[in-house]
This record gives sequence, structure tokens and C-alpha cells, in this order.
Amino acid sequence: MDGVIGFFADLGPNFQLLLDRSPQIIEGVRVTVLATVLGALLALLIAFVFGIAQLSKAAVVRWVARIFVEFFRGTSLVVQLFWLFFVLPQLPYPLGFRLDPLLVAVLALGLNYGAYAAEVVRGSINSVPKGQYEALSALSISPARGMVRVIIPQAWALMIPSLSNLWIQLLKGSAIVGSITLYDLFFQVEQVRDRTGTWFAYLFALLAYFLIAWVIVVIMNALEVRAKHSIGRGPALREAWRSLFRPPGGKTAEGGLA
Amino acid sequence: MPENTPHLEFRDVTKSFGGNTVLNDLNFTVGTGERVTLIGPSGSGKTTILRLVMTLEELTGGYIDLGGNPLQYEERGGRRMRVPDRQRRRTTQQVGMVFQHFNLFPNMTVMENIVEAPIHVMGLKKAEAEAKAEALLDKVGMAWKKDARPSQLSGGQQQRVAIARALAMDPEVLLLDEVTSALDPEQVGEVLAVLQDIAAETDISMLIVTHEMQFARDVSDRVMMFDQGSIVEEGEPDKIFSDPSHQRTQDFLRAVL
Amino acid sequence: MSSWWSWEHAIGALPTLLDGFKITLLATVLGTLIALVLGLIVAIIRRSAPSIVSAPVTGVVEFVRMTPLVVQLVFANLVLSPYVDSTLAIGIWVLGIHYTTYMAEVYRAGIDAVPTGQWEAATALSLPRSRTWRAVIVPQAIRNTLPALGNYAISMFKETPFFFVIYIPEMVRNAQTYGGDTFRYTEAITLAGLIFLAASYPTSLLIRRLEKKLA
Repeated sequence: MDGVIGFFADLGPNFQLLLDRSPQIIEGVRVTVLATVLGALLALLIAFVFGIAQLSKAAVVRWVARIFVEFFRGTSLVVQLFWLFFVLPQLPYPLGFRLDPLLVAVLALGLNYGAYAAEVVRGSINSVPKGQYEALSALSISPARGMVRVIIPQAWALMIPSLSNLWIQLLKGSAIVGSITLYDLFFQVEQVRDRTGTWFAYLFALLAYFLIAWVIVVIMNALEVRAKHSIGRGPALREAWRSLFRPPGGKTAEGGLA
Repeated sequence: MPENTPHLEFRDVTKSFGGNTVLNDLNFTVGTGERVTLIGPSGSGKTTILRLVMTLEELTGGYIDLGGNPLQYEERGGRRMRVPDRQRRRTTQQVGMVFQHFNLFPNMTVMENIVEAPIHVMGLKKAEAEAKAEALLDKVGMAWKKDARPSQLSGGQQQRVAIARALAMDPEVLLLDEVTSALDPEQVGEVLAVLQDIAAETDISMLIVTHEMQFARDVSDRVMMFDQGSIVEEGEPDKIFSDPSHQRTQDFLRAVL
Repeated sequence: MSSWWSWEHAIGALPTLLDGFKITLLATVLGTLIALVLGLIVAIIRRSAPSIVSAPVTGVVEFVRMTPLVVQLVFANLVLSPYVDSTLAIGIWVLGIHYTTYMAEVYRAGIDAVPTGQWEAATALSLPRSRTWRAVIVPQAIRNTLPALGNYAISMFKETPFFFVIYIPEMVRNAQTYGGDTFRYTEAITLAGLIFLAASYPTSLLIRRLEKKLA
């Protein structure tokens, strides 16, 4: 039975079925979480390297970083994923090689969202008040040390909301990795669809993604509260735990998207 | 008055932003230990002078020397050459600056703000730097707040910490850029009192931009009146404030006093 | 494989890529229109409707925004295909509704950025509420939000390849099909990427200039 009526009529047996298939579902969740977390870590690394490189004094460094960012923002996640999966193995030796699907997913997600996040990093560093740079200069503190000790701690607080949104987008983008034979949450749920009916399977999938997204939101909200507190804005984490559950909104700081 | 040797020397200094010239062929010196206050209407280029000394702005033309060393540009073989960044940083280490908006680092405590540069620029040991910071905080009356964050302090308190931070680098020249302009009126006094003490107890050369005319009169050896990028007149504070010779100075003082 | 790049295959793939690109463009334009209109409606509801209406709307918006477009596409296609002939229409509506949730947020920020003095002035002039929205608030809010709206339009453009999960023949799907048919993926997929780059980069430059101009 299918449709909304079937959804309610078969609710009991469907949950039973889901329970029977729980090893596969859990494996799918594991793959999705793994791709999302590793992809986000790679994206963060790329974001800082290429975000800061764009502020370099050396024009060559600036341009290389700029081209990298524009390239990976401009060529669409799906294309990058397919390129790494289908094209890379077809390139002649020694250029071509086959990568593990998980690695392909992590690379594509990390490169694509990392390029977006690089813009966030760049924009946030630029939004640190000019007086801070001037004080560093007046105290003869070297640019590198000033960046690490003073500028980035302040920029970090500014960039977290946008990074939070990008991380959720990365999670959502990860739902296509089934097409490169990586068996994630969505793939596993689709395997039970013909038994449970469309409504049950997909509402379950959406809900599961929604919950994972909320975990990301809470983590990022906690980081934001902590970062703001450390620059003397806002309460400490233990006083502000309620605010951890507020939704992120569609904030797109400097270059958050597109 | 210890005005014998020029400590800071401006030669033919020109500064423009885009097509807008704010300083035009400026020449003056500040002697070792001398306190010079710049007064004049806003937009007359006073703050730009301080920012040039701190190398926060790039010179358009001319030269600034500090203790005989070129600060931004030097003349070599008849050509005007840019001083390399590393050498600039070494020279400007002798210069301290206190800003209108304090510019304390919000992610650090009061103590961390003060010891950051002594430890990592001058190479002091942590204990040494902290003892020195403690003494300076004592002098500005802020020792009791050494573990506070800047955001927990009033404007006047933040500015006193910023003064201690600048002094911790043992500057030979101190630049004070409208240090009371961002403060609530009731906090102006505490900051000026601290500066007056420092002026009395040390022989640091000072270049001051301020709208506090009484303060200027009390601490300065010399006052320079600026308008539209050039010096209109200069002299001892008593002379400038009681008997200005130039019409522009008279108008300006009448408006602000 | 003798050489890694074959112009023959590049030229061979081009017609099907360009056919796909037309669909990509169509989906972007129509999806953007849907998101622009629905986003504004949602933003106004969330701002001014009683909480019995706005709370569930907010809940649905958050849910849609925080779940994958891909899952939404497949779900909607399976549920709606018995009633709707065009898969493309389903895809465009899902894309448009997904981005409605982002656009609504952009409008909300734009509306919040209109100074409260504008509301107060409208009240002081006894302007009716609908007139205040139409003549005072919305025009200013849209001006604030143009760059962000443009960025989301580009973002939608780059997410149209997700349509491949419901077999809509847009550009990337066609590239993949061409690769599968000829066992040569290199040219088709590389070209698809370059076409995306060629279309989205100038647009994002344009938006950045607009941003500077409005700032």
C-alpha cells in the first residue's frame, strides 16, 4: 500500500522493517557522517589556506588562491564528483588513478565547500576592525603572529554562522554520493522503499538528515558562543546553553554562497 | 627644555589620498624629550602626521627620520628609496601610539594585552614582562583589573590600559591620537591625569593631537597650529593660547575654548 | 586510451551538452522566479502573521532548508509523477521551493535592515499596513538584498545537476550518459564543468560589482 493512507496504516510493520534493516541503515548513517565530517575538515583546511592566501602581499600567491577558489566554486559539486570518479581513472598514466569512492566524496565535498568557505574566511578577516591591525603595527608585532594571536580569534567568531550554513549544505550535498557507489544514508533508505512505501521511507530519510543537521547546528552554535565569549562579547557557554538550539537562519556573510 | 637634538624630523613631507592633498611640503622637528601638540580644525591633517610616523600611512613625498634613521623612505644616490619592511619595523619599535578608540585586543585579558609585544617582539621573559606590566598598570591605576577583558572595562579604563600597553615597549616617542575624544566626559579627567604623570616622570618625546586645550597647555613644550595641511604658526603654549599672532589661530581658539 | 583528450569526443558531446544547458538555464530562471515570489510571501508571513500561522511556516521552512534537495527531488517525483506529466516541472518546483527557504531568510534580513524610523514615519502618516509594506518597506528591503538574491540564483544554477537523480536530461546528466555510451567520460564531463564556470564566474563578478555599488 502506498500514499498517505498507507503511510499511517502500515506504520507499525514499517517500523518493524526498519528495525530489521537497522544494520544497513546505521551503516548508511556512518558513511554519511564520515563523508560530512571528513569533508568539512578538508573544507576548513582549504578555507583557511586559500582565504588567507588571498590576503597575501605577494601578487602571485593572491592570484593562485583566487583562481583556485573561483574554479572550485564555479564548476558545480556534481561535476567535480563525477570528474573525480569517472574522468580521473581514464586519464593516462601517471595522471590517472582510481580513488576509493569515500575519498572521492570527501575530496569533492571538501574542495567545493572549502572554496566557498575560503570566501567566508577572507571576508571575516577583512571585517576585523582596522584599529586592531593598527595596534599590532604600533606594537611592532609581526603580521604572522598578529594574524594567529589577534586577528583570527576575532574573525573566527564572525565566520562561524556562515561556516555553520556551509556545513549543512555540505551535508545536504553529500546525499548524491550514492551515484558514485558510496552507500550512504539516502542510498540505504532507498533500498527499503519498495517494502515500506514512498512516504514512510522518504519522511524517515528527511527526518534523519534533519536530525544530523541539528547536531551540526548545536555544535556550531556552541562554538560561536564560546568564540564570542572569548572576545568579550556574550555570556559563557554554561550560561547560554539555551541559545544552542536556535536555528542558524540563512546567513551568508561575505561570499557565503555563489 | 631639552630641544637640542632633533629626534623626529619631517622633511618636505607630502601626503595625499587619491587626488586630495592633506599634507603639503611639511617641515618640522621634534627634539629629544620634547612634547609637541598639534591643534587645528578637524581634517587639517594632524592625525595623518601621527599615522605617518607610525607607518600606518605611506608617505606620498618627502622623508621622516627618527633618531637619524629613515622611517619610510631614504635618499640614496640621489634617489628616493623605500625602506624595507623589516627595517621599518625595527625603527618603529621605538615609537608607541595610543589610539582614539583604544584598539585593545578583545580576545586577551588586560595583562595579556600588555605583555604580548614585550615577550614576542622585545624578547622579554614572561615573568619579567609581567612584573613590568604590573608596575605600569599600577601607575595607570588599573592593576586591580589585570585579569579582566577589555569589554568589561569602561572607555577611560580601556584607554589607561592602552597607555600602559604602549609604555611597556619602552618607546622613545609616544604618539597620542585624540586619546580622549571617544570617552564619556566624566572619564576624560582620569586619562589626562595619567598622561600628565607620565609626562612629568619620564623624558619620552611626545607628539600629541588633542582637543583638550588645557591639557595641551599643561604638558606641551611647543604647540603647532595646523590648517589645511600646513603649519599656520607655532610657539610655546602660553604664547599660542594667550596671544596668538595669526588670524586663523585666533578664530580656532575662540571656537574651541 | 591513446590520448587523454579527444577533440572528436569533445565535439561529439557538445550538442547533447548544449541541449542539457538549455534545461539547466530554464530550471534556473523559473526556479529563481518561484523562490523570489514565494520567499517574499514567506518572509512577510513570518514577520506579520499571528504566531499560529507563522510558527508552523517557520517549522516547515527550517525543515526544508535543512534537508537535502536530492532527497526532496526523488520524494516529490515519486509522489507526484502519477499526477504530473513533466518531471522537469516537478524538479523546477522542488528547486524553487528549496531555495524559497533561503530567499525568505534574505528578505527577512533585508526587512530587518530597514530602519525602524521608516515604520514609525509610516505610522505617523497613518499609512495603511499594506501600503506601508508595498510602498515603503519592500522597495528598501529589496535594494538591500539584491546581491544575496543574485548569489542564490547562481547557487541554484550550480545545483541543477542534482536533477540527474530524477533523470531530467540537464547538462551533467547528458554528459554522464554520453560517457556511459562511448566509454569516454573525460571530454563530456570536463566540458560540462567548464561551461558551468564560464557561465557562473562572470555572473558572480557582476554581482560583486553590484554589491560594491549598493554598499
